[in-house]
Amino acid sequence: MKPQKYMNPYLAGFLLGMVLLGTIYVTGRGLGASGAVKSVVLSTIVAVAPEHTASTPFIKTYNEEHPGGPLKDWLVFEVIGVIIGAFFSGVLSNRVGIKLERGPRITNSTRIIAALFGGALFGLGSQLGRGCTSGAALSGMAVMSFGGIITMLAIFGSGYAFAFFFRKLWLK
Amino acid sequence: MAPLVPTIFSNEFSLVIALIAGIGFGFTLEQAGFSSTKKLVGLFYGYDFTVLKVFFTAGVTAMIGVLLLGHWGMLDLSLIYINPTFLWSALVGGAIMGLGFIIGGFCPGTSVCAAAIGKLDALAFVFGGMIGVFAFAEGYPIFQDIFVAENWGPVLINEQLGMSKLVFAVLLSAIAFGAFYATGRIENYVNKVPTEVTKDKRNLYIVGIGFAFVVLAFIAITPNSDTRLESRINKELANQDIKAFEVPADKLAGEIVNNYYKINIIDVRDAEAFKTYHLPFAINIPVDKLKNTEWLKILDQNHKTNYFYADDKQLAKRAFLLAKHLGKAENFVLAESSVGFKNMFTGLMAPGTNASKDEINTFNFRQKAAIDMMALVDALKNSSAPIVVKTSKIKGGC
Repeated sequence: MKPQKYMNPYLAGFLLGMVLLGTIYVTGRGLGASGAVKSVVLSTIVAVAPEHTASTPFIKTYNEEHPGGPLKDWLVFEVIGVIIGAFFSGVLSNRVGIKLERGPRITNSTRIIAALFGGALFGLGSQLGRGCTSGAALSGMAVMSFGGIITMLAIFGSGYAFAFFFRKLWLK
Repeated sequence: MAPLVPTIFSNEFSLVIALIAGIGFGFTLEQAGFSSTKKLVGLFYGYDFTVLKVFFTAGVTAMIGVLLLGHWGMLDLSLIYINPTFLWSALVGGAIMGLGFIIGGFCPGTSVCAAAIGKLDALAFVFGGMIGVFAFAEGYPIFQDIFVAENWGPVLINEQLGMSKLVFAVLLSAIAFGAFYATGRIENYVNKVPTEVTKDKRNLYIVGIGFAFVVLAFIAITPNSDTRLESRINKELANQDIKAFEVPADKLAGEIVNNYYKINIIDVRDAEAFKTYHLPFAINIPVDKLKNTEWLKILDQNHKTNYFYADDKQLAKRAFLLAKHLGKAENFVLAESSVGFKNMFTGLMAPGTNASKDEINTFNFRQKAAIDMMALVDALKNSSAPIVVKTSKIKGGC
């Protein structure tokens, strides 16, 4: 069976907006993603290397502020939901399957290395910028946060600024 | 009034909501095509602006929704989480994220989505993200200066631009719709194939855009819930007689002595006046603060009776009427002012020898009540200190 077409972007955007609005209405805050990664990583460090935690200020502060660990973290549960929701959507539209997507001019291993490297930059940047595209940019826009909106402008502005230099990763 | 966590749902239960919200989030992201890295980076090369369309539509929808719920008084906008602004970390962090986006082809949310349907490159991105977070945590001393510099707090963009929330919402909506049109043209140019927009579809888009502006116009024109309540109270203040709910000081004193645990005495004057003198066991809720969510548990309960007082009779009456609208508790107003109460129960002068029996009885009652009240206040000094109600500010973050 062929994968189905993607949803109309405006309809998808409207639905996403309603999910975000509902989340703000119920919990008073928006959606997020990178915070869950942070929670998992830092909690792992705390569990594996307690002595190291005590000597690393950032992790120590985090550990003190989140006594419940990752299993009590709102964003961890939310991201588990994202996995379930995305998988369900993939099944529904015949898009599930082991696959690797890359630009036409690069090899699979280049793609994996680029993804790893890009992910690392995004992970680091999201900690510095206190949120990623979901938590800072999207949720920030919904509540008119100045910080959220300038983070969004910085993300996309920088994306455009660097796009030329990495065109070989993506274009013919 | 929302947000429902933590007043209606517990923080534990909010984890269930997190799961549900996440399912909705993941489902729509995947349906929109955010699980495809080529679709995502299309934004930067002009061949596919899906990201911008979805992202802007979602942002504008949620933003207008938040305004509307706030306008109706259904959502307390002062309690929702506003991402704080740290100018340099936002700009530098954002720039690093943008670089990560163009190299890695995902952002954290979309990578999780794509990994969930089996994309190996997305899995690598998620793993890379973990390394990035780890690097930040370990290298925190290097980033610390930028991380904490220029802390402006939770400032709003409309404040920065010197406009109302509504004007900003109109502006952003207009920018979004303009961008949808412009990016459509760019897509056609880059792909060299014009995408056909059917007449039905175009009409639907016009209806959607029209709807957004109608909602914004509705918010602009109709009075908000606060204004509506205010004008209702003003009307009642002028027309309604509340004699039946007025309680003389002697009766209130009797209640304090005998039933202090069954009543709330609420001083609605400002904090300064409260500090100078207040009735025994009184708590201070200035009338303009009465609407705050933290007091709902006093105004909306059915096991204690509320007694309001002020120095100005109209002020006390306003608080009484407001309380009636805000909750189901039983409310009364003290007939006398705080000064009146004070004069009746402090510095009592024994009546002269030719006083009537009534006068002597009154004196005896007041003297005893004054002593009893003082004894009670003294005995309950520790437990009767006004309870500080903490409004929990919602923590958010990504």
